[in-house]
Amino acid sequence: MAKRIDVKDLNVFYGSFKAIEDVSMTVEPRSVTAFIGPSGCGKSTLLRTLNRMHEVIPGGRVEGSVRLDDADIYGSDVDPVAVRRTVGMVFQRPNPFPTMSIGDNVAAGLRLNGMKDKKILAEKIEASLRSANLWNEVKDRLSKPGAGLSGGQQQRLCIARAIAVAPQVLLMDEPCSALDPISTLAIEDLIGELKSTYTIVIVTHNMQQAARVSDRTGFFNLAATGKPGRLIEMDDTQKMFSNPTERTTEDYISGRFG
Amino acid sequence: MTVADLTSGSSLSSARQWRPELGLGHRSRAREARNLLARVVMWTAFLIALIPLAWILWTVITRGIGLVLEPVWWNNSQRGITSRMVGGGAAHAIQGTLLMALVTAVMAVPVGVMTAIYLVEYGRGRLAKTVSFMVDILTGIPSIVAALFIYAVWVTTFGLQRVGFAVCLALVMLMIPVIVRSTEEMLKLVPNELREASYALGVPKWKTIAKVVLPTAFSGIVTGILLGLARIMGETAPLLILGPYTANLATNLFGGFMATLPTMINTNRVESLQPAIDRTWASAFTLILVILLLNLAGRLVARTSKVRN
Ligand SMILES: Nc1ncnc2c1ncn2[C@@H]1O[C@H](COP(=O)(O)OP(=O)(O)O)[C@@H](O)[C@H]1O
Ligand SMILES: [Mg+2]
Repeated sequence: MAKRIDVKDLNVFYGSFKAIEDVSMTVEPRSVTAFIGPSGCGKSTLLRTLNRMHEVIPGGRVEGSVRLDDADIYGSDVDPVAVRRTVGMVFQRPNPFPTMSIGDNVAAGLRLNGMKDKKILAEKIEASLRSANLWNEVKDRLSKPGAGLSGGQQQRLCIARAIAVAPQVLLMDEPCSALDPISTLAIEDLIGELKSTYTIVIVTHNMQQAARVSDRTGFFNLAATGKPGRLIEMDDTQKMFSNPTERTTEDYISGRFG
Repeated sequence: MTVADLTSGSSLSSARQWRPELGLGHRSRAREARNLLARVVMWTAFLIALIPLAWILWTVITRGIGLVLEPVWWNNSQRGITSRMVGGGAAHAIQGTLLMALVTAVMAVPVGVMTAIYLVEYGRGRLAKTVSFMVDILTGIPSIVAALFIYAVWVTTFGLQRVGFAVCLALVMLMIPVIVRSTEEMLKLVPNELREASYALGVPKWKTIAKVVLPTAFSGIVTGILLGLARIMGETAPLLILGPYTANLATNLFGGFMATLPTMINTNRVESLQPAIDRTWASAFTLILVILLLNLAGRLVARTSKVRN
């Protein structure tokens, strides 16, 4: 059920500020694609255009096309809300709903979209928590608030919540940057497991992480602050980290800037 | 922070205190003295601020508690009791105050909360600015002006009687801005990340507001409503202008007079005989109690609802 993403000639704006220029790329289904690059080069912005979260921001605007398999998600008859059910997202800071229990957090997407059947909900909660490698840790306290979990557990809860609505694509914006090394490892393992089911795009600041988890890597950079970010190079992760084509990629990966 | 920062003293108040060879540095007498001084000043200010509060409470309680402790105070009205007679109760005034507060809240809370939702979640551009400005103006309206405005509309223009409902209308004008502003604050406190998390699950905006934002802000909104209620329950100008006192029980907001605690205080205040003076203090104490109890009840409601989701 994973889908291919085709981005073509994408320009992304915040009001009159152009944050991203001329990005074209293909993301293969059932793979992990990492976005790397210095802060402010537009990795998060690009990620948010892939599920139409960008337009939630006042002034947010997109030119170009993003296709999921063959459907343009920016087509005039496409409902952004439906796109977000197909393309799930996990954020930098774990953000479970504070008013909901652990179980309700996982079920939130289904329940808020009208699912009422208790039995199906319970099954989905268990299945999603199992997929997120969290079931054994929380099965005895599903009715406790999600805020009582550790940061790493909260982030896995958010992943469970995102996959409970059965998306085709999973976007992750620096999902480990607020976590300790052990929790980070748990999430990285989880990403490795999830890629057999989903198309995964992950933004990361951590080059080792990109090397560990991703199949392909895209490197972004901007000419100067205030200039739009561009995709400099995108290739198999191995090639990117051993023998990149572009000079700036090599400089960035070897830690010479950024 | 680097070692250079530390040794250069940029993050310490003076280099003298940084004595690496001693490991943790000296206790500083000067700093302890400053600390003590700040503490003394703070406590003094706190106690001074507390004096009027304690004084008011002491006066009202000691003078009012006698009558308030009698069951008759809570069960009877002042029907047939003159100012030279002992007896009767405040049931009519308590009932009137609660009834008017309830009707006011029923009108003001939905309008106030919806306005706040509009301003925080939807409002952009001119209309939102205008609405916000209107709320600012409403906030600044003295209660007597609100009362006179309703008087002008209700009595002068429409030729209607001075009744409880007219009081409620004036109180609505005073309560709406309080609720809008407090609800706005509470909605702004809800992290944007929660809204985004909900959108990212494919939940539409209105449902996100109803099921994620409002529940998260619920206890804060309830607290704001209670503060608004507390404010209008002690409000007197609209009552004096629009809601004449009566010694009898009354439940009709659209006809006849209706007693309230503030008008009961005011009616007894102008008498010079001891039974009336006692009733003044007792009804003041009762008003404080009623507002306090409502606050407590609301906090309890807010707490239980938060846990239940
Ligand atoms: N909400 C926003 N409004 C205006 N500009 C923004 C907003 N968010 C990000 N930007 C700008 O867009 C550019 C890209 O930001 P971002 O996508 O967050 O970069 P990255 O995730 O690569 O660090 C930056 O110049 C940033 O200042
Ligand atoms: Mg970012």
